[in-house]
Amino acid sequence: MTLETAPPRVLYAHPASLTDRASHYCPGCGHGIVHRLIAELIDELDLGERAIGVASVGCSVFIYDYLDIDFVEAPHGRAPAVATGVRRLRPDAFVFTYQGDGDLAAIGTAEIVHAAARGERIAIVFVNNGVYGMTGGQMAPTSLLGQRTTSTPAGRDPTLAGYPIPITEMLALVPGVSYAARGSVADPATIGRTKGYLRRAFEAQLRGEGLSIVEILSTCPVGWGMTAPEAMEHLARVVVETYPTGVIVDRRQPHPPQEA
Amino acid sequence: MTTLSRSGRPAAAAPPTLMKGNDAMAEAAIQAGCDAYFGYPITPQAELLEWMARRMPELGRVFVQAESELGAINMALGAAATGARVLVSSSSPGISLMAEGMSYLAGSELPLVLVNVMRGGPGLGSIGPAQSDYFQATKGHGHGDYRVPVLAPASIAEAADLVAEAFTLAERYRTPVIVLVDGVIGQAMEPIVPDWRHPARVPGGWELTGAAGRPARVVRSLHLRPEDLEAHNDHLQAKFATIAEREMRWAAESLDDAEVAIVAYGTAARVARTAIERARDDGVRVGLFRPISLWPFPSRELATRVRRLRAVVVVELSAGQMVEDVRLAVAGDVPVFFHGRTGGVVPTPGEVVEAVRRAWALTAPVDADEPDPVQLVYG
Repeated sequence: MTLETAPPRVLYAHPASLTDRASHYCPGCGHGIVHRLIAELIDELDLGERAIGVASVGCSVFIYDYLDIDFVEAPHGRAPAVATGVRRLRPDAFVFTYQGDGDLAAIGTAEIVHAAARGERIAIVFVNNGVYGMTGGQMAPTSLLGQRTTSTPAGRDPTLAGYPIPITEMLALVPGVSYAARGSVADPATIGRTKGYLRRAFEAQLRGEGLSIVEILSTCPVGWGMTAPEAMEHLARVVVETYPTGVIVDRRQPHPPQEA
Repeated sequence: MTTLSRSGRPAAAAPPTLMKGNDAMAEAAIQAGCDAYFGYPITPQAELLEWMARRMPELGRVFVQAESELGAINMALGAAATGARVLVSSSSPGISLMAEGMSYLAGSELPLVLVNVMRGGPGLGSIGPAQSDYFQATKGHGHGDYRVPVLAPASIAEAADLVAEAFTLAERYRTPVIVLVDGVIGQAMEPIVPDWRHPARVPGGWELTGAAGRPARVVRSLHLRPEDLEAHNDHLQAKFATIAEREMRWAAESLDDAEVAIVAYGTAARVARTAIERARDDGVRVGLFRPISLWPFPSRELATRVRRLRAVVVVELSAGQMVEDVRLAVAGDVPVFFHGRTGGVVPTPGEVVEAVRRAWALTAPVDADEPDPVQLVYG
């Protein structure tokens, strides 16, 4: 009797477009996970030679050290405007921004709202960890009510510091947005779903549709004053109560009929 | 050089055309091969944006009306990062908003041409013509140790030429370049011969196109390691030194026999010309030194030309900004007087003649027993 064995199949490997550079992110930070998802999609959608990324200000500005594609660095909040300039001049490029919540939902609100209004053909990867990580853990526009930060030491009080801003829901109202979804890095299943959102957002750009955005809830253990496991737990149980995950709007055109 | 008229026909026999300054600068940029324009409406430059809104789509080029000057300058940053020839324009308050982007463009070494049609300030100020952004253009705008070339035309034809020249400088040195005009040059109409310039493109090798068949490129201004940033700054400073050495531009008029020199740029130089004619009719030999590049400031040439004169009178549509560079240039060798008007008021030739006469009188050879009138002026 002969034992038949299937040939080995690669289930998990280092994406070609992810560099070998050691991560500078803190333990428990979600940026590394999101970077990897983008790298996997760049490989799977064969975007390595046509992708131009726009890095923004915050911990993730160094994304260009990890993704082996062309990048331009934007001033704080201005990534959607920079991406507009890139894409208008390079209509064949795949252009995306990678922005944090301070960048996109505070200082960069005008740029993201009007890029959405114009229906710019850019994908937005919006990583929301509810805190300004790079500058030492100050309140972000997305910080939860009651959240203690270095600029809300008694917890975020809405009478003094306002409410968390549901910016992705707000953007989803704009007709120029082809796709908006919110994912998370809380656990492997959610990460898998989040990759699906990113794939749809990226594919929308390959098909010339309007601005697509995926908000990804993420962690900042240092900024939150938690251990890495506590931060993941907090993300999965508490943060999602303010920011429910799922597809928020999908205005993508139906796929063209597949060739047989 | 192929010369095209505004309609695209050969311009061999093209007659002079009456054009508004803003329109002429816009068309000059188009003829110079501008690939993309980004702007936001503001008086007194709005016609430039409107001209581009009509012409750029006709030519299959990029025009975007941005949500703000911040949006416009950052769209320009992205477009410039792809190696495109990019124009932005605004007026004083809008330039303040663009200052952030200018710092990033300078730090990232991206070419760009920015037209500032200056109005009165500070704050909202007025919409009248002014030259009160000289400090901003030549000494600063955004944060950080950097300079950008600043070109100041004194006529609409020269404005059109300098817009084309600015693209050459921008690409040669990978830097933003400012074309600084006051509201008169933006708004007035003058006949210009449509002899447009078509500057050759400077090869890149750094632009973002997607990393096909080459290593990935990053256009950036962040260098967190102090040693890295210092090396980058040393490189920028060496570039600025080269620009300062090679790109000084100026014009001298009626200076050969002059005893007094007026130093003025832009519309102030136009007023000065009329004043010079009148003063000469009255027997005061006055000439004009007109800086065309405000940075690099033509200090050497100015000092050489005016050092032995009796007096220098600086005329500006400001409370006195370029006058500081004039004083630095002549280093006390000749008394420097100033006459300026602000808020959108343009000095009259009569006022300038008066300022020249005053300088003339105050620099009269003094009796040893009398107090030195120049010392009275300087305190």
